[in-house]
Amino acid sequence: MLLEALRLALSTVFRNKLRSFLTVLGIVIGVASVIAMVTVGQGSTAQVQSDVASLGSNLLMIRPGAPGRGPGGGSNDAAPLTLADMQALLRYVPDIVAATPSSSRSQTVVFGEMNHTVQVTGTDDAYFGIRGWTLGFGRIFSDGEMRIGTPVCILGTTTSAALIGEGNPVGTTIRVGKISCEVIGLLAKREASTFGQDDNDIIVMPLKAFQRRISGNKNVQSISVTFRDGVRAEDVTVQIQSLMRERRKLTGDQSDDFNVFDMKQISSVLTGITGVLTGLLSAVAAISLLVGGIGIMNIMLVSVTERTREIGIRMAVGATESQVLMQFLVEAIVLSLIGGILGIFLGLGLGALGSYALNIGFLPDYRIVVASFIFSAVVGVVFGYFPARRAARLDPIEALRHQ
Amino acid sequence: MTAAAAPMLELRHLSKIYGVDEAKVYALDDVNLTVQKGEFIAVMGPSGSGKSSAMNILGCLDTPTSGQYLLFGTDVTGLDRDQRALLRRYFLGFIFQGFNLLARTTALENVELPLIYQGIPADERRERSMDALTKVGLQGRADHRPSELSGGQQQRVAIARAIVTKPGLILADEPTGNLDSARGREIMELLVQLNREEGLSVLMVTHEPDMADYANRIVTFVDGKIQSDKVRDRHAA
Repeated sequence: MLLEALRLALSTVFRNKLRSFLTVLGIVIGVASVIAMVTVGQGSTAQVQSDVASLGSNLLMIRPGAPGRGPGGGSNDAAPLTLADMQALLRYVPDIVAATPSSSRSQTVVFGEMNHTVQVTGTDDAYFGIRGWTLGFGRIFSDGEMRIGTPVCILGTTTSAALIGEGNPVGTTIRVGKISCEVIGLLAKREASTFGQDDNDIIVMPLKAFQRRISGNKNVQSISVTFRDGVRAEDVTVQIQSLMRERRKLTGDQSDDFNVFDMKQISSVLTGITGVLTGLLSAVAAISLLVGGIGIMNIMLVSVTERTREIGIRMAVGATESQVLMQFLVEAIVLSLIGGILGIFLGLGLGALGSYALNIGFLPDYRIVVASFIFSAVVGVVFGYFPARRAARLDPIEALRHQ
Repeated sequence: MTAAAAPMLELRHLSKIYGVDEAKVYALDDVNLTVQKGEFIAVMGPSGSGKSSAMNILGCLDTPTSGQYLLFGTDVTGLDRDQRALLRRYFLGFIFQGFNLLARTTALENVELPLIYQGIPADERRERSMDALTKVGLQGRADHRPSELSGGQQQRVAIARAIVTKPGLILADEPTGNLDSARGREIMELLVQLNREEGLSVLMVTHEPDMADYANRIVTFVDGKIQSDKVRDRHAA
């Protein structure tokens, strides 16, 4: 009997193709937007997590400026950091195992006819280990180059490809801002992109060369440190803060004019924000599912009225109330499931497109697909029940008389 | 048929009242009627005489206000909607003035409809429906939709649908009302033939004396009461 109801529902749905399509459009849009939102949301969450993982573990970052400005806090009037600060951290905070200074500035770089704007970072050799970089070709800086500030540079793969093309750039000379710079290494390609920026678009050079030839000062914009395993980031942060307060001659009631960021903590905040946004957008999308359900109910009510006579005939030949109810309920469920399935495909398609456009991984979640499918069926049951019950409760005599 | 057997159908002091208090209308007023298996009865009477109300109750589509309705000796008066649906499914067949076929399905599918509700498997359903279509002379029209058939043919499909379940009783409500007299006579002859050859009991409402002539008993309603009940020789078919 259920099979007959299903067969009947399918033939009814496919007989009125346009009407059925318009009826399920609400569900299609609802399911598609939920799936697209969640897919893109999860992709970006995974992205944030892998970005943070790529930053290395046990990583803290010290920057000048009052706390609460975030890692990109930029210009402020606090005294800059220096190399001496970094050396003091290494000496007086025993939990710190490595430290690296870095200063960056956006520069136009030129090779032959090609030019490209890229973030140029001055740092030392510890940078690669702390930031989790490995070399694809070439070598890192020599002690001599570090000490003298020789203009040599190591390129990210994206930068290299933009300037020189595919292949090994080691040995070529490029112009960075106003200086000529010999390429001595190529970083291995990293899949991560820090919060939407391509990590592989980067030029690294010795800090001294950067200070002398590009920034023109002795400042260090940030110091990254890694601390021993088994030590809590909070404890190391406290030690760093007390040392830095001393070095910066801050007295008891003065607040910090520098910032210690725990990259893990930032990532959890970002992940949280992504999650909340995904949730909110999905909730908005879920409302369109509700609207879609109302659309189905509306059409089912119209259908019951149109088919009153048919219902009367079925009752005359012996259909029970529950059989008539079942017929219309199955039809509503078939409609909403068709909408759900179309929505799933559309949503996955949009999700793939969105992931591609945002340059994040495409991470379809089978659970949300299954949930959408079940939810569509539930919409069919909930919004199909009322029209179906109306059909089932019809008086057969009245129904047969209906024109 | 033995004298000891319970009549197929029996109405005892049956009344149907619409409205309340001063507005009370007696559609049926203390009707007593007994129908034996194999009878072909024409129910006549002016409009508003109560013949339609009687048909609705006999067809288990409606319930009486008071009195008893016995089908095969069993009181079916107090049955609920679903139980009445089951009675219609297994014991009754309906033929309507307006044919009442499902417009979007073929003749064969229309005939199959009651068997679907009986839960008959598809193969057997098809076979029995083809048999029924053959009996009404429409074996070649199985795949036609009602709109592709003439009125007379549509009514034959309806008859096939009514007889496919081999019901105890066929209830026909003005079966020739939408047909010209030649087509009407063909339908009546078909019903008479089924009555004779298959032993099918037929209870038919009509207001055309010509059509009533095909019956072997004519019951006439006036003002909710049976005015006359005559057993007679059948019109030469």
